[in-house]
Amino acid sequence: MSATNLDIGVVRETAATEKRRPRWFWFAVVAGAIIVISTVRVLTGANDIDSSGALTAGIALAMPIGLAGLGGLWSERAGVVNIGLEGMMILGTWGGAFIGYHYGPWAGIFGAILLGMVGGAIHALATVVFGVDHIVSGVAINLLGAGAASYLAVRTFTGLPGGGPTQSPPLEQLPFLSVPGIADPLGTLEQKQWWLVSDVAALLRAVLTNVNVLTIIGIGLLVLTWWILWRTAFGLRLRACGESPMAAETLGVNVYRYKFVAVLISGGLAGLAGGFLVLVASNLYRDGQTGGRGYIGLAAMIFGNWRPGGLAGGAALFGYTDAVQLRGGGDVVRAYLLPIALALIAWGVWQFRRRRQGKRITGLPMVIAGLLSLAWFLLSSRVPDEFTGMTPYVATLLVLAFASQRLRMPAADGLVYRKGQAG
Amino acid sequence: MTTRLGVRRILMGAAAPVLAIVVAVVVTSIILIVAGDPVGAVWAQLFKVPLPRQIVAIINAATVYYLSAIAVAIGFRMNLFNIGVDGQYRVASFAAALFAGQGWLPGWLNVIVALLVAMASGALWAGIAGLLRVTRGVSEVISTIMLNAIATFLVAFLLSKTSVKVVGSNATNTKPIPEGSRVTGISLDGIIATPSKVYGLIVLAVVVGFLYWFVLNKTRFGFDLRATGRSETAAVASGVNVKRMVFTSMLLSGAAAGLVGMPLLFGQDYVYGDTVQSGLGFAGIAIALLGRNNPIGIAFAALLFAFLDAQGNGLQITAGVSDRLVLVIQGVIVLSVVIAYEVVRRAGIRLEQRTVAAQLAEQAHSPLEGARS
Repeated sequence: MSATNLDIGVVRETAATEKRRPRWFWFAVVAGAIIVISTVRVLTGANDIDSSGALTAGIALAMPIGLAGLGGLWSERAGVVNIGLEGMMILGTWGGAFIGYHYGPWAGIFGAILLGMVGGAIHALATVVFGVDHIVSGVAINLLGAGAASYLAVRTFTGLPGGGPTQSPPLEQLPFLSVPGIADPLGTLEQKQWWLVSDVAALLRAVLTNVNVLTIIGIGLLVLTWWILWRTAFGLRLRACGESPMAAETLGVNVYRYKFVAVLISGGLAGLAGGFLVLVASNLYRDGQTGGRGYIGLAAMIFGNWRPGGLAGGAALFGYTDAVQLRGGGDVVRAYLLPIALALIAWGVWQFRRRRQGKRITGLPMVIAGLLSLAWFLLSSRVPDEFTGMTPYVATLLVLAFASQRLRMPAADGLVYRKGQAG
Repeated sequence: MTTRLGVRRILMGAAAPVLAIVVAVVVTSIILIVAGDPVGAVWAQLFKVPLPRQIVAIINAATVYYLSAIAVAIGFRMNLFNIGVDGQYRVASFAAALFAGQGWLPGWLNVIVALLVAMASGALWAGIAGLLRVTRGVSEVISTIMLNAIATFLVAFLLSKTSVKVVGSNATNTKPIPEGSRVTGISLDGIIATPSKVYGLIVLAVVVGFLYWFVLNKTRFGFDLRATGRSETAAVASGVNVKRMVFTSMLLSGAAAGLVGMPLLFGQDYVYGDTVQSGLGFAGIAIALLGRNNPIGIAFAALLFAFLDAQGNGLQITAGVSDRLVLVIQGVIVLSVVIAYEVVRRAGIRLEQRTVAAQLAEQAHSPLEGARS
């Protein structure tokens, strides 16, 4: 912070406490987002922007990404990069479908977790026990997982009624839950398309009605992960293995064991992400069903700065844009160009003003990009589907490019640890 | 003493791949037994001598794999994980097909310029990741994964804008390359009896392989690149501009990746369409690992993968087992080879330490000093 800062009235804090945001901060962000989105909806007439249908679909699509990301979080917090999430997730889809078909959907959950853990065990064996480079092992697991699942699918689903070599028979679904008696009134409110009121109604309707059991379990796992990793001694030791394994070793932590357990849990969660795809999202197994969601989960975790809350936000963003694309929402993405353009211009102008204090001129490209987005918004009626699909990936790249200084991964993440090297 | 160490190193180098293949056979056999599939019939099919027609197909598939693996290996030597070969060759193949299809230039000139276009666009796409890494410190692993997805959407969009309608089919293609600019295949008639031909652009793979070896091992740039890959701090100390090296090797890797689709484009498909083969980039990673980033080793690894692919096609008919089994075998081979390399490497270090320690002990006339660390 320079001596002549403009933050008048802001209490200057020390670096240590600066990161602590007030309790209401995230509530303010959510409320602000709802106000902006409902304004955009009213201005542009893109009503699908926050319809309960789009939000419900977004939640369903965000869950596998979030669970995979949660798997990545466990492993990376213990210092093992897990790019093999995709392979473990694919194994989970087969496990969920096979066990789910023969023993019912509840058993299918465990089948998915179990098969994911098999993938995790292989990754742990390679990286923790043998000290192989983490990314090399992960890439191999992705190949192996995809191959094994499609081989097993041919072996187990061919000849079953409604099944085939690349597809399982239809599976029984896990139950959906609703808070009783609120779906209709909220639906009526949503239909009115009033500013703010309808948007809140749509949000409540998406969150409180027709929610799958596994979605609730998944959100529970997210909270549980936060509690275990940040509030228990076990979690502290596990994170110590990811920050400084040598220091943990000198304090008597069995680093191998913690890393192994973390990667196993990571595999189980990735498998559950695959299980969600077969048991909730599409009620059958298909070859290539994961479609790179394991990688996206990893990206969501990095997007969320290796924290459960941020990870949930990243997954929600990916799930929402996915839902918009699937619902053919070219007009919705176009509607977003308006606030993005205005924000870019405002930010650019602000940056430009700060130039006088010796800051670099970063404002001009922002203003230009903002004006271009504004022009795009005004001159088109919808954004091509391909660009809609591209949105989450471009957003991740931009976040990585412009906020990478704010991201902080575990200090020993991805480094091979051998016991007895602590001098 | 040095020759003994040299012989030992060669033996150890060969030990890992052989060990890995043995492990893969054992693990796959166990999977087959558990799944209740006929073990004997599977191996009989996989290890039988291929037909002449299949040999040509294996060589052709290996050519493509080889280019992809070299692209990955360039990054590996620099400690860069170019996961994005998939996206890079997609963008490059599209750009080259679009350019060559216009037929602005006659005959061979068209081919050569199209190859340059492919290299430039592959390098451009990889360059985004390189630039992000150098200027913003973004890991190339994540950025190339994102760029792969973006490339898929971007190329689909551009293809829909530039495609020509094919009569009687709803496939979307770029304009076909004119007859004069197609690269005829090389006939192997004198060696094996088959009418099918090897891609003319196999020459490209040989040239790229040679250049890879020559630049890395015989030039100052290659030395700097390997040094930076081994130890960044040491490279900085000897005056290497690490950022520039990272960016340059990313560009080179992308340029090589751009060539991956070229043998197919000029020798078989003549168009870029939505039926283009995907996943070559990930196979390239596995092959580069198996071949230990060595131009000859990669050639063997590419042939092995192509051989397994081709032999796997018959599995369903002769053994009643899905050809997907080949993917399992390939995965197990890669995983066990990297584990084997690591185990052998560590055993080698331990042996060397012991040898050196013994020597030192002899020289010092004091058996205790330096014998144990």
